[in-house]
Amino acid sequence: MAKVKGAIVIDKEACKGCEVCLAACPTNVISMASEVNGKGYNFAYPELKEECTGCANCAIVCPDGVITVYRAKVEA
Amino acid sequence: MVFEDIIKTENLVYKKTSFMTDNTLSYCPGCGHGTAHRITMEVLEELGLAENTIGIAPVGCSVLAYDFMNIDMQQAAHGRAPAVATGVKRCWPDKTVFTYQGDGDLAAIGTAETIHACNRGENITIIFINNGIYGMTGGQMAPTTLPGMRSSTSPYGRDVETMGNPLRITELVAQLPGVSFVSRQAVHTPRNVRKAKKAIKTAFELQTQKKGTTFVEIVSNCNSGWKMTPVQSNQWMEENMFPFYPLGDIKVPEK
Ligand SMILES: Cc1ncc(C[n+]2csc(CCOP(=O)(O)OP(=O)(O)O)c2C)c(N)n1
Ligand code: SF4
Ligand code: SF4
Ligand code: SF4
Repeated sequence: MAKVKGAIVIDKEACKGCEVCLAACPTNVISMASEVNGKGYNFAYPELKEECTGCANCAIVCPDGVITVYRAKVEA
Repeated sequence: MVFEDIIKTENLVYKKTSFMTDNTLSYCPGCGHGTAHRITMEVLEELGLAENTIGIAPVGCSVLAYDFMNIDMQQAAHGRAPAVATGVKRCWPDKTVFTYQGDGDLAAIGTAETIHACNRGENITIIFINNGIYGMTGGQMAPTTLPGMRSSTSPYGRDVETMGNPLRITELVAQLPGVSFVSRQAVHTPRNVRKAKKAIKTAFELQTQKKGTTFVEIVSNCNSGWKMTPVQSNQWMEENMFPFYPLGDIKVPEK
């Protein structure tokens, strides 16, 4: 059966570490890095990559618009 | 298929609209201004109006909106955006014209311009960001500050006996016959973003149908002014702002 899988790209240097995207993700894909970016913020990154459905919830609430979302059908 | 293989142009489902510039937003981390800017631009893009739109930036944290919204923009003196929008729209009636204003700008210094532009039924759209405070200047009390809410000029909380009552200017504007659509929304969750987009879309559509003034309030956070983390401020907003400023459509045109 075809399954939908998603993937996100977070612009690490543009992220301000606000954590608003974390709560928006229904499958808890996103975590905050322990290291910081050039601005000094702990940036968000997709940790549980396999769980992403490409729903774009995280991207539409990111105040800085730094998340890009992809989605593809894959054969299970 | 692994994660990295999905990241291909043909699989793209969401990316920041090109009607936002690539300039770094001057807003604090987690501030709703950025989301409100982006969805306003997304709606104009989806309606095919962006290239024929003139936005009016306010004074306040969003004073630099013209650096972030990749469309034609003008900047107005504090509170005067609806007056500037009036002039712009009357000169170019075929352009889509909107103001983007904070609560200090729209409901304090600009009260007269707001009320009169709405009362004249100017064919413009007003996007009103209500964070209950003067964000830019250091979190002073605004007309919209809640009873009991702390700000830098009401450090023990707003006392309505001495400081007056908060102003629900959106409900006030909804009384005016020149105004066809009034809605109050938020942008802190995916569900709220989708609803806010729908309201902004309706507002711009009605403007193209020359239905008079359309007005969308977005209840937003000012985590810096409220002295909270962004996530805490969004929760505080749900618990405290929404009961006083309930979300939903306040006035819709008669069918
Ligand atoms: C004529 C004039 N009076 C006062 C100011 C100072 N001032 C700048 S921004 C601002 C308030 C902005 O608050 P708001 O509109 O709520 O926007 P926010 O910063 O919260 O987004 C004030 C009083 C000014 N720039 N010009
Ligand atoms: S696209 Fe959806 S599932 Fe994927 S990280 Fe974002 S919110 Fe989570
Ligand atoms: S919402 Fe955007 S800016 Fe905030 S942590 Fe997530 S990716 Fe970074
Ligand atoms: S001061 Fe408040 S309104 Fe201004 S950018 Fe910061 S959080 Fe946003």
